[in-house]
Amino acid sequence: MPGVTRFWEDVKEGDALPEVRAEKLTRTDFVRYAGASGDFNPIHHDQTFAEASGNPTVFAMGMLSAGIVSRAVTGFVGRPNVRGFKVRFLTRAWPGDDVICRGTVTRKYEEAGEKRISGDLAAVNQKGEVLIAGGFVAALPSRS
Amino acid sequence: MAIDRSYIGRQGKPVTMRVEWGKIREFARAIKDDDPLYFDEQHARTEAGGVWAPVTFLQTLRFWDDGRGSVRPPFDLKRTLHGEQEYEFFKPVLAGDTLTAVSRIVDLYEKPGKRGGTMTFCVTETDFTNQRGEVVARARQVGIETGQVVKD
Repeated sequence: MPGVTRFWEDVKEGDALPEVRAEKLTRTDFVRYAGASGDFNPIHHDQTFAEASGNPTVFAMGMLSAGIVSRAVTGFVGRPNVRGFKVRFLTRAWPGDDVICRGTVTRKYEEAGEKRISGDLAAVNQKGEVLIAGGFVAALPSRS
Repeated sequence: MAIDRSYIGRQGKPVTMRVEWGKIREFARAIKDDDPLYFDEQHARTEAGGVWAPVTFLQTLRFWDDGRGSVRPPFDLKRTLHGEQEYEFFKPVLAGDTLTAVSRIVDLYEKPGKRGGTMTFCVTETDFTNQRGEVVARARQVGIETGQVVKD
């Protein structure tokens, strides 16, 4: 959180990360992410190509949802403190879908001379289907 | 595709990538992130030593790669899925940095698909080194070619 310091001592295993939501993804969101990321696989923006590939329509890049998930971590620890971020893509997000991201701190430990936390991440859609499962590692400042 | 394990260990040409503020802003907007660390240069400098690249920003490496940096087996795009993505960060990645990225295939293997056919998995790692010679990040990607068109 910009301007707010979260100390390692103040975090407990089991703490929930603040939820992050992106509601009703649009095809424009996919195109915007294509331009931003350079992922121009036509399966994400070209209806004709998507249909020829056996899909009803275009679907979101996994990395668009992953970027939204990353906000759950940066919102909790601040971007500079992120040491690791991992996602596994399980179900695809379609136009109109919500991406709802949650996370939990599962471990506090010391590593590489830093006070660290790690935890689980998940993104689900509005039907509760899991889009992404993942994890994070962060270093936090210490009061000591 | 018949699996060709000779791809394992194959390394791409180093790719030079500049981390640009405009691109960071565009990327942050695309992931709907309004963190002032990406948008307010003065704030970012005071709070964090500069404008940080978002967590998944290193995906934009592809803009700097003329094709010789990436190492991938010839997967069929219509049947290709992004399975996993991971980043480790060792040092800050800030606007103004010049990174050199080297990618290599670390594993290639097959598994039977749940809905028939064979799935081929390709694991690629990319190391990013900054202008001071510091390794700042490592990306790890798992790409999957499915035996048939993907259905959920």
